[in-house]
Amino acid sequence: MKFLRDLLDKQKPLFQKGGKLENLYYLYEAGETFMFSPNHTTSPRGAQIKDAIDLKRMMITVVIAMIPCLLFGIYNTGNMHYLAIQDASATFGDKFLQGAILVLPIVLVAYAAGGIVEAVFAVIRKHPINEGFLVTGMLIPLIVPATTPLWQVAVATIFAVVIAKEVFGGTGMNILNVAMTARAFLYFAYPAQLSGDTVWTYVGDNAAADGFSGATALAVAYQAGQEGQNAVAELTQHNASIMEGMFSFTNMFVGFIPGSIGETSTLMCLIGAAILLFTGVASWKIMVSAFGGAYLMGLVMNLLAVNEYMALPSHYHLVMGGIAFGIVFMATDPVSASQTESGKWIYGLLIGVLTIIIRVTNPAYPEGIMLAVLFMNVFAPLIDYYVVQANKKRRLQRATV
Amino acid sequence: MSKLVKLKKGFDIRLAGKAEKQMHDFQPVKTFAIKPTDFIGMQRPKVLVKEGDTVKAGTPLLFDKKMEKVQFVSPVSGKIVEIKRGEKRKLLEIKILADDVIEFESFQKYSSSELQSASREKIIDHLAASGVWPQLIQRPFGVIANPDDTPKSIFISGFDTHPLAPDYEVLLKGQEEAFKLGIDILKKLTKGKIHLGVPADKAAPAVYSNLQQVEINKFSGPHPAGNVGVHIHHVDPIGKGDIIWTINPYGVVQIGNLLLKGVYDASKIVAITGSEAKKACYTQTYLGACVDSFVAENIKSTNVRAISGNPLTGQKINLDGYLSYYDHQLSLLPEGDYYEFLGWMKPTSDKLSYHKALGLLSFLYPKKEFVLDTNNRGEPRAFVSTGVFESVTPMDIFPVYLMKAIMAEDYDDMEELGIYEVIEEDLALCEFVDVSKHPVQELVRKGIELIQYS
Repeated sequence: MKFLRDLLDKQKPLFQKGGKLENLYYLYEAGETFMFSPNHTTSPRGAQIKDAIDLKRMMITVVIAMIPCLLFGIYNTGNMHYLAIQDASATFGDKFLQGAILVLPIVLVAYAAGGIVEAVFAVIRKHPINEGFLVTGMLIPLIVPATTPLWQVAVATIFAVVIAKEVFGGTGMNILNVAMTARAFLYFAYPAQLSGDTVWTYVGDNAAADGFSGATALAVAYQAGQEGQNAVAELTQHNASIMEGMFSFTNMFVGFIPGSIGETSTLMCLIGAAILLFTGVASWKIMVSAFGGAYLMGLVMNLLAVNEYMALPSHYHLVMGGIAFGIVFMATDPVSASQTESGKWIYGLLIGVLTIIIRVTNPAYPEGIMLAVLFMNVFAPLIDYYVVQANKKRRLQRATV
Repeated sequence: MSKLVKLKKGFDIRLAGKAEKQMHDFQPVKTFAIKPTDFIGMQRPKVLVKEGDTVKAGTPLLFDKKMEKVQFVSPVSGKIVEIKRGEKRKLLEIKILADDVIEFESFQKYSSSELQSASREKIIDHLAASGVWPQLIQRPFGVIANPDDTPKSIFISGFDTHPLAPDYEVLLKGQEEAFKLGIDILKKLTKGKIHLGVPADKAAPAVYSNLQQVEINKFSGPHPAGNVGVHIHHVDPIGKGDIIWTINPYGVVQIGNLLLKGVYDASKIVAITGSEAKKACYTQTYLGACVDSFVAENIKSTNVRAISGNPLTGQKINLDGYLSYYDHQLSLLPEGDYYEFLGWMKPTSDKLSYHKALGLLSFLYPKKEFVLDTNNRGEPRAFVSTGVFESVTPMDIFPVYLMKAIMAEDYDDMEELGIYEVIEEDLALCEFVDVSKHPVQELVRKGIELIQYS
């Protein structure tokens, strides 16, 4: 490693004040600190020792937690492809390869597009490159369909990083979850590529097999509600000629269903959740209250049921669509979430509740988690405001006693 | 009524190099210094001596023009060898070369009954003139108490939970009489109560037994359970306009000795601690001692940082620097000025962490004592992580919101969010655990100064 260190030290004067490339200092710094933790020591006054944590380590923990979802998503993308064209001869390797061919370019494009924006802003605004992008760059691919055109991924990423984050001052200052903003941008700007029945499964040059429908579980359940059919029965029958029980509760939990790349498997999301909770990086309060809120709202829907969709058993809601992924990875984003401990309960609960309300009652939006998270991002500061006011009030009351 | 307060929030920083409970004599310390920079809030120090003057222990060296009554005196007798000034002639150190045998200025002695009959003003003037007054600290702000104020109560924390903190049992050994008299004197200063905080789960030092006029409150839990600010918060919280005084048990002893013996007794026991100390032990010296004789032949390597005080709230001094007025501890830690390849993601069980993020394995070793160096462990960033500060602050305070109010210089918010209740040490743990490496203690002081001088 000595040779790397020497190389960096040799280049350093170029980038420092007065050097030829002084404008690019933060690019150099990003590379340097990526390879070597800096030799900065604590200041003469104040804490003389510091905890081993830093933001880079925290962010990489989140990326690691997403890897089960990514790997499963790659496999499932290929799996759904071969299922749609009814090619039973495809092996595990074929499926994974087909998935990788579709998914990895999206990941690369998201990282590249966002990375360039980060770098440009770091150079212009003279601030260090934000590690937050490590997470955003991975989140965006996981919440879009595998068929999304790459240029749309790039445009959405650039839009989100600039409008949702950099204009506010970078990671830590943003109001909305950056990745969710990218998804919302795609959803409203290019609805043809992000909704409907055909976008979730890559068919390619082959024709889809007879009897195959690319509809998601949410669309099927919604349709059942419209037509007055029992939702669970419709889900079970769906695509029966292609794959027995595709939308059974167990299979939806495991995740061999159509959907955005990383969101289909509730199981993988829970593995990610376990990593995030064990490492303490994400708030268990938000996760518990959001899942709880969704479940309770499902029960309330059952009570008020006027159509079959509303009567869908509540636990089905937790495994359909992107709710698990959204709660585990997006709702818990510490910057855009509620920042007080009691606020987190309310914030999570309302995300769960809103998701189900949007899902079940609004025909325009088959999935509610995206809008629920964005909506609550906007309201999180308000929740915090009241929690903080309560604290101030407690202090004042104490003084007068 | 005394209270038992069980604290859950906080974190014990377990470091290697705790002082063994034995006294050790190093080479005698030659020079001592009074550093006006130790006295936070000192505005315009006026020096009363010149280089070359001879002084006795108790001879006034300087005073603050803002508070002329209070004298800052020499801890030892000897010759003023240097009056060190920095930029803009800022007074940094007054160095005294100590005599072999210490001579004392003589002050009036008081017996218990004389003390009872003496007026409060007379006692205050006596304490202020004889050099022991700066031991009294005022909350809010953590500055030297103003003799013209009357505090609503006085708080003493009888134990220290900071990393490598000295054991007060050792520091206060044999000072029962002085401590008792000290408490009686303090009782004259306030109409309210004297609160003494002791650990709930350990035996308290013997000097704290048989005291009458004090409320004894017990505190259990991890650091900062021993911080006097935490005690105040749970026992008699400060609101706007309240004044509470705090004093370290050593200060109580010093005050007691003044009236008992009629001298300014600055002798103190200090702990030599830290992983780089060959011999971590206690030693007898005087206030403001030069650390060179404690460091000489006692450090394991050359790249060592000497810290006056503990590693969490102390300050860096040179290897021939001087211990601060309020410190009973010298910490010797390895300097952390090195690069580490992929240090931000390498799994490690050698570096202590409050967190459990990827590869931080120190939580697997709940008993291990860690060798920590002074590396900053990352670069400063904006606030990202939430809930961490709250989980190490056993007070009903939102540290992040308070920090943000200070950064925004929002006076109302600072006041309402509890700036009156904290000084640096109370939120020092936040600085340690901070993912984004904010200078929390510096910010707290900035906030206090904004409020104090507004």
